[in-house]
Amino acid sequence: MKHQRIKSLLLGASAALALTLAQALPAAAGTVKIGFTTPLSGPIASQGVPFAKGMAAGHEYAPEVAGHTLEFIQLDDASNPSQSARNARKLIDEDQVDVLVGTGGVPGAMALASIAFEAQVPLVSFTPLFLKGEKAEWSVTTAQPASLILDAVVDDMVAAGIKTVGYIGFSDSWGDLAYATLKAAADRAGIAVVADERYARSDTSVTGQALKVMAARPDAVVTGTAGTPGALPYIALADRGYQGAIYGTHGIINPDFIRVAGASAEGLLAPTGPVVVADQLPDDHPSKAIAAEFAAAYEAVNGEAPKDAFSAYAFDVWKVIADAVARVDPAIEPGTPAYRVALRDAIFQTTDLAVTHGVLTFKPGSPYGADDRAAVMVRLEGGNWVLKK
Amino acid sequence: MSWDIALILSADGMAGAAIYLLAGLGLVLVFSVTRVIFVPFGDVAVFAALTLAFLEAGRWPPTIAMIAILAAVTVARECVALLQAGRANRIPRAILGWGVLPLLACLPAQLLAGHALPPLVAIALSLLLVLPIVPLMARLVFHPIAHASTLVLLVAALVLHFLLSGLGLLFFGPEGFRTQPLLRGAVELLPGFLVSAQILLMVGAAAVLAGLFFLAFERTLIGKALRATAVNRVGAQLVGIRPEWTATLTYCAASLLAGIVGILIAPSTTMYYDSGLIIGLKAFVAAIIGGLSSYPLTALGALAVGMLESFASFWNGAMKDVIVFSLLIPALILRSHFSHHSEDDIEEEEF
Repeated sequence: MKHQRIKSLLLGASAALALTLAQALPAAAGTVKIGFTTPLSGPIASQGVPFAKGMAAGHEYAPEVAGHTLEFIQLDDASNPSQSARNARKLIDEDQVDVLVGTGGVPGAMALASIAFEAQVPLVSFTPLFLKGEKAEWSVTTAQPASLILDAVVDDMVAAGIKTVGYIGFSDSWGDLAYATLKAAADRAGIAVVADERYARSDTSVTGQALKVMAARPDAVVTGTAGTPGALPYIALADRGYQGAIYGTHGIINPDFIRVAGASAEGLLAPTGPVVVADQLPDDHPSKAIAAEFAAAYEAVNGEAPKDAFSAYAFDVWKVIADAVARVDPAIEPGTPAYRVALRDAIFQTTDLAVTHGVLTFKPGSPYGADDRAAVMVRLEGGNWVLKK
Repeated sequence: MSWDIALILSADGMAGAAIYLLAGLGLVLVFSVTRVIFVPFGDVAVFAALTLAFLEAGRWPPTIAMIAILAAVTVARECVALLQAGRANRIPRAILGWGVLPLLACLPAQLLAGHALPPLVAIALSLLLVLPIVPLMARLVFHPIAHASTLVLLVAALVLHFLLSGLGLLFFGPEGFRTQPLLRGAVELLPGFLVSAQILLMVGAAAVLAGLFFLAFERTLIGKALRATAVNRVGAQLVGIRPEWTATLTYCAASLLAGIVGILIAPSTTMYYDSGLIIGLKAFVAAIIGGLSSYPLTALGALAVGMLESFASFWNGAMKDVIVFSLLIPALILRSHFSHHSEDDIEEEEF
């Protein structure tokens, strides 16, 4: 008992001494630690692996900012939200990270946001977050909000004179969210949503759902899906001879989707971040230059050109952190609670930061920073995404 | 629902039923001969599908490496067991049977991988590559515990499933693959009712294989030996049938069936490293309807599962799997109502 008290007294004293020393010293170059958790295995590994590559590209692009070295510690959460939470606690408690980054999948990212609020560590995510009130004070995301994406889809439909639309989506939270957002946007535009069909990511056939959607005779079909499982509705619709317009969401923008969907998805219209068609953007687009820098950094560290939109979201995370670190008062030492608060405040002061997915401006109260420059419509033509003007 | 929609759904249901029929037959075969509920059946089918996808893409299928490792481990274990039993003279035979034979199956694939292959050659190579997987794994895992209770065997089978799907992720990556359709185009069965040739091929292949199965069991000595082992293990041993041998034969047949399932399903479904479990589970529902012993009832069960799945996806897509697996409840109630406990079952419960 007595020993322990002496021990804690000693600890306290040395901590106080260290603190005064740290304050007395002129801003020593410190290491800003970034705790990064991502699904490198499990069902959403096809997003998690690109996220990891994007972070590596970010490190290559800006390893040092304002005299601070940026260091990231990467952990695999196996697509399991409870593992994401354990990883986050480990990163905070053992590694004393200054900022959290992660993870693939909305449930895991939401778990991280809760921990970020609890432990008062800022979270910069690349996954859509749904936060309100005080929980939103510590977390931001580089992803576009679903409403921004589906507004772009509905605007395109209005321009094409589409009056009725059928929906096929995943039977999970993403499918529900995409449907609710689409319904709201379509109602505003006077477009009727005539069918709502769902299937599971692991399903082997969606013929029944496709038939039911086609029986409602919509002018266009929108899907609320992600990755290669998202190819199934387009294949089923093409098999059954559907002729109308097909739309998707940004969840399907990856080369494996094109490989699996093949010719069935020809002419597919999808909203996405500008980075996917960076080379086709007009020169005055804010994402054009940074997308080229991203591609160069990605190729330097991963040995191949980036082909997906996910790695770019992770790169944007790095850009947001690097931008905020540069604006933190250099007198505050990384690794301290004061630094985390300062970094959080700096992140929420981000204004008009050009990133690969548009332009980010974070304001307290909302985790989203994207505006309508973050969504462009692309068309699948001969296996390539072509910017729709 | 109009007639044409019902017809299209029926055709889709038949295609599913064909897959579940083949997988169900495999499950019943393995269970009746070895008492193992072979959960990893679907995973082996996935290995076949993904191996074919890799061969078609001109890539080297990592299945070869897995078989080589499996064969090496099995040979090592066999040699140790034989040495301990003081029967070193049988070692060359074990090396030949468990080491050289599986590697011979890999040889054509090793030589031909990376070249542009005609579709039939690629399919034959994939089937050949998948063939040694189940016998080798079973020799490693199930042979030493062949006399354990059904529950222990089931747990071992479950572990094997997790191992195989993990290896699938390691070898083939997280992304899904589709293979080239074996037949293109469609056939007009009724005026205005087109059925894709691939579905007809799946149904036809399942019917032919089920027929061959029936003939093999009724007319050949090997088939009769398998049936004898299934009916009574001890009795079969007494008349000179070696259960080890029949077990290996059964696992070879299961491997082949799983391979064919994988090849048939891959052109119409995107296959992922973890797609196997759900296929195996639905086939298991069919096998349960057949009481894990009756082949004709399993066929009926497969038809019910396939049709129900197809129509359920139309009625309520989100609840499809719930509806299919709910079929287990009436099936189990009916079975337990009509079945009577045999003496063998009681003996096992006492253990």
